[in-house]
Amino acid sequence: MATIELKQVEKKFGDSFAVKPLDLTINSGEFIVLLGPSGCGKTTTLRMISGLEAVTSGNILFDGKDVTWLHPSARDIAFVFQFFALYSHLSVRDNIAFPLQAQGMSREDIKKRVAEVADMLKIEHVLNARPGGLSGGDQQRVALARALVRKPAAFLMDEPLGALDAEFRESMRAEIKRLHIDQHATTVYVTHDQIEAMAMGDRIVVMSNAVVQQADTPTEVYNNPSNLFVARFIGSPGMNLIEGHYADGTINLPGDNRYSVPSGWRSVLETQLASDRRVIVGFRPEAVQVDGTGEINSTNYATDLHGGYTMLHLQLDPDTIVHARAGRDMRYQLSETVRFTLKPDMVRFFHPETEMALKQNGMKN
Amino acid sequence: MSNIRLENITKKFKEVTALNDVSFSIKDGEFFVLLGPTGAGKTTTLRLIAGLEKQDVGHIHFDGELVDELPPAERDVAFVFQQYSLYPSMSVYDNLAFPLRSPMRQTPEAEIRMRVQSAAEKLRITHLLERKTGKLSGGEMQRVSIGRAIVREPRVFLMDEPLSNLDAKLRESLRVELKHIQKTQNSTTVFVTHDQIEALTMADRIAVLDEGHILQIGTPFDIYDRPATTAVAQLVGTPKINLLPAVRQNGHLLIESSTLKLQLSDDVSLPEAVSTGIRPENVEIMSDGQFSGKVALIEPLGVETIIHIRIGEQTLISIVPGTTNLRIDEDVRFNIAVNHLHFFEQNSGVRLN
Repeated sequence: MATIELKQVEKKFGDSFAVKPLDLTINSGEFIVLLGPSGCGKTTTLRMISGLEAVTSGNILFDGKDVTWLHPSARDIAFVFQFFALYSHLSVRDNIAFPLQAQGMSREDIKKRVAEVADMLKIEHVLNARPGGLSGGDQQRVALARALVRKPAAFLMDEPLGALDAEFRESMRAEIKRLHIDQHATTVYVTHDQIEAMAMGDRIVVMSNAVVQQADTPTEVYNNPSNLFVARFIGSPGMNLIEGHYADGTINLPGDNRYSVPSGWRSVLETQLASDRRVIVGFRPEAVQVDGTGEINSTNYATDLHGGYTMLHLQLDPDTIVHARAGRDMRYQLSETVRFTLKPDMVRFFHPETEMALKQNGMKN
Repeated sequence: MSNIRLENITKKFKEVTALNDVSFSIKDGEFFVLLGPTGAGKTTTLRLIAGLEKQDVGHIHFDGELVDELPPAERDVAFVFQQYSLYPSMSVYDNLAFPLRSPMRQTPEAEIRMRVQSAAEKLRITHLLERKTGKLSGGEMQRVSIGRAIVREPRVFLMDEPLSNLDAKLRESLRVELKHIQKTQNSTTVFVTHDQIEALTMADRIAVLDEGHILQIGTPFDIYDRPATTAVAQLVGTPKINLLPAVRQNGHLLIESSTLKLQLSDDVSLPEAVSTGIRPENVEIMSDGQFSGKVALIEPLGVETIIHIRIGEQTLISIVPGTTNLRIDEDVRFNIAVNHLHFFEQNSGVRLN
């Protein structure tokens, strides 16, 4: 399996950047997810790694060897697309065997290898069927089998679950990840779905506007987003982000609320904010603790059951709603007063101009 | 606003039965969600209520009055579709005013202005009123579409997957706003979706449909806590409910192809073989847990972590808050909250407890 390095890789279409100069090292055996909204540059990045798209400048290395100008077929990669791209006139068996036949492998070896991957993906029972008659999930398993069968240096996957129903997506997500744990193949996976990215990635590369916003483990990206974009994009709903002014250890928030800044953050705010002292307070829905004596005062805007928990939507003023995760039996009337506090270790602060997260000493950059 | 009653409705399209003897009532001011997969009959139900289709058998009542023979225009319903059908060359204001200016209504302009303003405020689109709708984002267009339904103050709102063309973040925020507006206005609303989260979070009551039949009607709590069939159980909840075949033996339940043996309470009487449903949050990982298995997969979602536990040939999915220190292939101990078990008949999938 290959280590993949991108060095100052960029892509322009005319005058506009699809990908601004990007540095990224994907370790051998790593599962990397490129995540972002449509148009962020994630698919272009994947296509440059594959060679389907030429770079405008920069270099791509596989195991230290420069492949920037190598033809896709010479890069030893396997591609899995959102649309299954199977040959409808061939049986599942022949679809899977196809890449091996193209390599000129012996019939005996092909048979053995096809049986191996069919077993791995639990599709032995459909080997003689035509792909057209299979469920979406099985078709994607066949497409995966065809990618796996060659033991390529890397797998590149472009929203492979995007075309599946929600109910298949959850289980296929787990299957692909389990497959990766067993195979340890270097994998670059593109998606716009942050839940998929969190669940699957060893690391997530969050992209927006042709620029990498953050590249880190799912837990880091979730707990310590580098900027407002990542804070909003990750999580469902995203992080609560509320602007206020900092003075003397407190921040005034909408609805005549005052929030006492945890002591460990005060010096950070005092040194890192601009002279206007504007700051954005960020906290995840699970950082909210409903508490009858809590210092923040709100009214219930809506309350909804999500199955195992309840989400409260609390209004500070007409333009500010805080999403709060609560126990499933928590019930409030419309417009009822709800007081809450924030768990001190789960609060983050952002600079309203640069949109970057403020950092405490000892935090990762 | 109105209550609605559907009585023994059957609707066929040629050989295909879209709805088969369906009956239910929607209360005045209720947010009623029709949930089901494609082809379940949800949209047909909505179109029958609107009068856009006519049922083959059965009756529809609004406020106790038969409306079977009333054309759509006289039923006074407002429809919001997945695709926004706005006039792109008109301003947002004129789009909102349009239904009120129809020859049937001829509302005075002063009243139109008032109603448009009020709807625009509710939907936070006051700043867009002078814009052409063709220049709006998807989320803004859907707000205008909903606004155009609101200005009419109809007896009933009918909404056919109005949020499904929007991206995830927008869908989340509009969902909350729509629910808030509905609760403030107490408007009778029938909302069609295939998205279980939309149904759970928005509905006062949900009707789960499949292949032209109603599988269950109930509050979100009823549907989640006491699903009537395995199909309903699997349709609501993420991650999905664990559904495992089991056999009864001396007051215990043995999960097939595993070492799981659950103690049954005395008041549960079950047949020899059942499907056992266990919600992921009822598989509780703890160091002194009664059962043991191997960690097959860990999916960190930030707020919580999904853990796949392998026990024999079976996989149980557990969900724990926050992050975990567990590692793949490690042994793990856990408990199962037996008072939250769901039992279903193995062949029919019908709930037993």
